[in-house]
Amino acid sequence: MTGAAASVVGIGQTEFSKGAGRSETQLAAEAIVAALHDAGLTTDDVDGLVSYTIDPVEETELVRALGIPTISWSSRVPYGGGGSQGVLQHASAALTLGAARVVVAYRACKARTGARFGRPAVNRAATSSHTGTTAMQWAMPYGILTPAAWMSLNSTRYMHTYGVTSADFGRAVVQLRDYAATNPAAHFYGRPITLDDHQNSRWIAEPAIRLFDCCQETDGAVALVITSADRAADTQAPVDIAVTGSAAIFEEEVASNHYRPDLTRMDGSVTLAEQLFDATGISRDDIDVALIYDAFTPILFMQLEALGFCKPGEAKDFVADGAFGPTGRLPCNPNGGLIGEGYIHGLNLTVEAVRQLRGTAANQITGARTALVSASRTGVVLRAR
Amino acid sequence: MTAAESEVTRPAPILTEDNEGYWAEAAQGRLGVQRCAQCGRRQHPPRPMCPACHSLDQRIADVAGTGVVYSFSLLHHPQHPAFTYPVIAVLVDLDEGVRVASNLVGVDPADVRIGLPVRVSFAPAKDDTAVPVFEPRTVSA
Repeated sequence: MTGAAASVVGIGQTEFSKGAGRSETQLAAEAIVAALHDAGLTTDDVDGLVSYTIDPVEETELVRALGIPTISWSSRVPYGGGGSQGVLQHASAALTLGAARVVVAYRACKARTGARFGRPAVNRAATSSHTGTTAMQWAMPYGILTPAAWMSLNSTRYMHTYGVTSADFGRAVVQLRDYAATNPAAHFYGRPITLDDHQNSRWIAEPAIRLFDCCQETDGAVALVITSADRAADTQAPVDIAVTGSAAIFEEEVASNHYRPDLTRMDGSVTLAEQLFDATGISRDDIDVALIYDAFTPILFMQLEALGFCKPGEAKDFVADGAFGPTGRLPCNPNGGLIGEGYIHGLNLTVEAVRQLRGTAANQITGARTALVSASRTGVVLRAR
Repeated sequence: MTAAESEVTRPAPILTEDNEGYWAEAAQGRLGVQRCAQCGRRQHPPRPMCPACHSLDQRIADVAGTGVVYSFSLLHHPQHPAFTYPVIAVLVDLDEGVRVASNLVGVDPADVRIGLPVRVSFAPAKDDTAVPVFEPRTVSA
């Protein structure tokens, strides 16, 4: 394992809400200015921009809003939230190539008051903004209309194969809501739940997904500032990017992953873990805190297993043993996750990882030095200095 | 438009240059799966090229229409006026070795289970089209 090439030196975000009342461009600009301020840098320093293919903000409008003189690298990552951690790979590539010196990664969305992620629509395009989801054309005529519906098909098979119950999922959600309850930025701040509350929440997609298994539809934006590890030494609170990975494998769609032979296993996450751990010498045991993409509880379990933190079918026992808690074997999503804090399409998990490694998180995990962020097919290991 | 047609609420499939062969078969009441004319590989969803041999000669070939439920989900919420809830969503593994997303019909939602033997039927959709759906079938011992 060589030294880090790039580092996250600034983080910023807007409030997370159910109604931002302003444009995605404004939300992005606000988060970016906050991140640059946090880094001790200015818009004059920025020469790279990275976001998601599905992000609605136009680069030219953003640059105009921010007054950035010149952009020498701009790129976007496909695969929707599954690609969220790819922004750090793109930023690292730009820096290593010498194409940019300071890259801003951002995601702005109005997932509640804009293009709602959970709205059932039958007039969609055949595919979706390069998110890796082609379910619109194959599932729409059957009323399988939302990410929860698409993902529940894998989840039922997973539950059937390993004897996993909704209550098993509920135990993870109780922990996520406990974390959110003490995170002032979280949608569910001050609102913990019991397992009974989870089990009494209505079915969205039976038998896999209840209402409380679903991430939030959130308005807001987050941004990260990334620069070379050398230049990061001159900033206040750098966090090093130890390794980034990306694993888009044959026939594995995002959300509508219906065609791989064995849907109980997230094969892309298996490959991702090989890139992050087996190829680098970083051990899973080195991970002090994990941020794992929890759009819906079942994919949190399946990812945990695919990443190699427990064996297939054993996530339920891992969670029941309290592994996700602040002193557990793998403290997980201490911001409350996408289910408890909010859903800025996965990039708020990365911001939380940086806070944890700086020691400034709302629910600080004691002694956190190394963090994993997994969005199933893209991921990153971050290290404190 | 006849009275029966006006009652159809299921939306018509979204057609693309790559998928229209599958839906055209379905509109005629036939289930066909793409098969490579060069190497015989079947694939679904259909694509313009065979990923194994790169042949562009991809044809829709009829299949038996029988298979088993690989997975299912009873969709309760959110609801769209075009459908009756719970929607019974299924992934069916066809006997020919490909998997399709569909609905299960003619069954109580409580009786849906993984491994259920099923057979294709066709449900009318808007624009005088039809889509493959599945119903339970009896397997002789």
